[in-house]
Amino acid sequence: MPSKYSIHTHTAPHRFKTVTKSGIIAWEEGCIKCAVCVKTRCVYGVYDNRNLDPLQMIDSIDNECMNCLRCVQGCPKELIHKSLNPEYQALGDPYWSPDIISKLWYQAETGRIPVSGAGYPGPFSGPGFDSMWTDMSEIVRPTRDGIHGREYISTAIDLGRTARHISLNDEGMLERDYSQIYDIPLPIILKMPAFGVINGDIIKGWVMAAKRLGTLMALPQEMINSAPDDSDPWLIPMISPEESRTYAIPEETRIAEVPWSEERAGVIEGIERAYSSLLISVRIPMDEKVEEKALSLARNGVSIIHLEAAENGLFMDEGKQYLKDGIRSVHLKLVEAGIRDEITLLASGGIAMAEHVAKAIICGVDAVLIDFPILIALECRMCRRCTKGLECPVEIDRASPSWVASRVANLVGAWHNQLLEVMGAMGIRDARRLRGEVGRAMFFEELDRATFGSMGEVEDCELE
Amino acid sequence: MSSRNAFKLPEAVRTKSRFRNAIGKYRLNRTGDCIACGKCVEICPYGVHVMRRGRLVANHHLCVGADCPEPCHAACPVQALTLRRNPDFDAMGDFRWTPDLLASTWHMAEFSEMPPNHLEYKIGGSAGGFDKLRIKFPPVKKGDKSLLEADDDPDMGVELNRRGDNAHKIRIEVPFYGGGMSYGSVSITTMLSRIKAAATLGTFCCTGEGGYPDELKPYDDHVITQVATGLFGVREETIQRVKIVEFKYAQGAKPGLGGHLLGDKVTPGVARMREAVVGYPLFSPFPFHSVYSVEDHKKHVDWIKAMNPKALVSVKVSTPTDVDMVAVGSYYAGAHIIHLDGSYGGTGAAPDIAKKNIAMPIEYALPKVHRFLEEEGVRDKITVIASGGVRTPHDVAKTIALGADGVCTGTADLVALECIRCHNCESGRGCARGIATTDPELIKLMDLDWGTQRVINMFLAWRKELIRILKRLGMKSLKELVGRTDCLVHLDYMRKSRF
Repeated sequence: MPSKYSIHTHTAPHRFKTVTKSGIIAWEEGCIKCAVCVKTRCVYGVYDNRNLDPLQMIDSIDNECMNCLRCVQGCPKELIHKSLNPEYQALGDPYWSPDIISKLWYQAETGRIPVSGAGYPGPFSGPGFDSMWTDMSEIVRPTRDGIHGREYISTAIDLGRTARHISLNDEGMLERDYSQIYDIPLPIILKMPAFGVINGDIIKGWVMAAKRLGTLMALPQEMINSAPDDSDPWLIPMISPEESRTYAIPEETRIAEVPWSEERAGVIEGIERAYSSLLISVRIPMDEKVEEKALSLARNGVSIIHLEAAENGLFMDEGKQYLKDGIRSVHLKLVEAGIRDEITLLASGGIAMAEHVAKAIICGVDAVLIDFPILIALECRMCRRCTKGLECPVEIDRASPSWVASRVANLVGAWHNQLLEVMGAMGIRDARRLRGEVGRAMFFEELDRATFGSMGEVEDCELE
Repeated sequence: MSSRNAFKLPEAVRTKSRFRNAIGKYRLNRTGDCIACGKCVEICPYGVHVMRRGRLVANHHLCVGADCPEPCHAACPVQALTLRRNPDFDAMGDFRWTPDLLASTWHMAEFSEMPPNHLEYKIGGSAGGFDKLRIKFPPVKKGDKSLLEADDDPDMGVELNRRGDNAHKIRIEVPFYGGGMSYGSVSITTMLSRIKAAATLGTFCCTGEGGYPDELKPYDDHVITQVATGLFGVREETIQRVKIVEFKYAQGAKPGLGGHLLGDKVTPGVARMREAVVGYPLFSPFPFHSVYSVEDHKKHVDWIKAMNPKALVSVKVSTPTDVDMVAVGSYYAGAHIIHLDGSYGGTGAAPDIAKKNIAMPIEYALPKVHRFLEEEGVRDKITVIASGGVRTPHDVAKTIALGADGVCTGTADLVALECIRCHNCESGRGCARGIATTDPELIKLMDLDWGTQRVINMFLAWRKELIRILKRLGMKSLKELVGRTDCLVHLDYMRKSRF
């Protein structure tokens, strides 16, 4: 077995105070100056560290408050209160929720898995990936001494095309080179997000992270020059169709991507002829024709298919379908056609939490590409001011490449550990075997109807 | 029957919040214009206003807001009072334990009564499972109160030994017992409060995996001792001391994951109890490495029976897809109780990804297990206990209608002790409110008698509400409700029948 893969993380502090869910309101007026003020008795000592960030006009105690409410409940004049923070509630959008964003910040800063006490606080289920649960194995599971123990769980996956069979020539030698597969140690590829104040330094940082993690970074071809010099093997140039014939792909590039187009066949052949060892990935927008397109690409010998959903995990054509469902149907279509094992399936769009990686793989992809998480790792608030030409409130454009790399490595490190947690619970020790393993998942639509479908009769009764 | 008559329930005693300012949904702001005339004290039906040394103070948490028939703010002769929603109220809680549910539970723990209607005390805000299920009552004819006024209270007891073997015949007087919370994860005061309350209520409480502190000895007959994968604190002597032994195979909140007690929490007391070294982290592995099949599991059960032949054996498992097979396997291995812990249950600390995603909510697992045990013809030979997100007496009724004989509680007990769901049980010195901590200073925040009475009050209120529900359903005993899914309706599937 190859040596164990682990991601080394180091705390990479925020440059700005984070936005927290609720704030402390403490009035001075009416204070009777108790001998022992509740503020001095804070278990977490947050009032001891009180200072005001002059730049952001934010009180540090709001950031450090752990919400025990003891000061609120202890002040004899009831001068201290907690109140929901409207700025927090306004973070992001319905998909990139304040909760998701703040957890991504935490992971990018610390490299740790979010752990908390008490039971799950969220909704029963939700749309998209929130409508599935992963399974666990009650008795048997692979590791004997924890997920970081001796018997390890492999998260490595293969990118490329597997031949259905090999052919030998008259001399008994392989007819052609079948070795066009690259493996990456974890099923996560970085991808440049669609917006953000992204400059050369940010790109450098992201590519450094990709290299450190041993994975790849997908970049539009015009940004390739911003990457550090010796990083070609870690890049996936995303080539625009118009320039596919003229763009000179750097020699050491292993994978290049082109978007779907009706005339793609010619384009792909052209590139493949010019670069014999290059793998081509074709990006298809998730829409109602996605299955057909994927099937025809697979049949025509494309190595990698990248299914791209909108940034909120929905289909591109304003449909109501989710990435999760799209992946399942494409995967099944390819299985039915008997060619699923020959190609690599990737997905992107709305991958926002570590659990989405595991769930997307269960639904049928080999790996995912993450875009906005690597921007949110840099403290992005998804406010979209940059899309209107306004200044970035957290000055992402001033971040140094090494800080960017650390933050992203921390985030992916935390995700990797979470992937190990769920795979361990499922009793799966190889990410390759997780692919399409819907038997290790439970789906809301099926479970809910099976359980409650018969509990619908109401006739002449009162409900409580 | 005789034991039933012999049992006497404890008294409810009003037990106020241990913090100076209890949190309620509303606040009454009083301006300096107040002339302390006492009008508000006189008219408030809920005792919100109190005159103290010539000045007026308010117990805001008793205010019912807009529901009040005689609002003080309208009656105040100098308009010194204004009614506001309390911002603190909305800053606490979450989807499962809404601010309303927290405040309702605090009300029950204080008064031993269901709260007034300004609090939504029947459901939480998770928009699924229990929160979308409603209990279906037959219509009451106008003026007919016979159902509710029936003299005999329905029988609320649950028999725990249905195998008919030589082990103890145990009946619990209320359909719930305390789920495992270890010494180390909660304070000794919390542990004792729960166990003392359980003893007076005629039921049990589990030690969790962390040893069996000597302070528990007087309550041996009401203690369930847990044997979990780390085998912390398990000794022949502790097994022999109790009437019920629980094997914990997995925990709903973190199924398939081992437990991990951080080094900071391994204080001298905890270390002694667990026979470990102070300051070193402790791992409970997953799974039991001596159990890889039902046959291995039987060996475990036999081991307990050899040490304590009269003990009942409970098997606590979480809820994977094949939970029904696991339940049947447990029965054949000789278990008396199968305890299903659903995925939305509590924990002292667990990765968020596990709490949210791994295994299924109890609402799905329970009917599946109930049905499968029935098909196997062994449903009446084993006691099914469910846990994992049971917050209210309504959740208890729904759980039983979905197929359980009784439930296990955990978080609700802590909320009665004024847990506020800040989710920081695991960080630093532990719970800042002195519930889930072993910090010598923080432990002092709570008094044992106070804690015991709060838990008793809450459970008496639960029992009373369950009795009301059963009477309203026209049932004479809780047993009649088991598996009666026809008494439930799920709002997403609701339809009028065609005839």
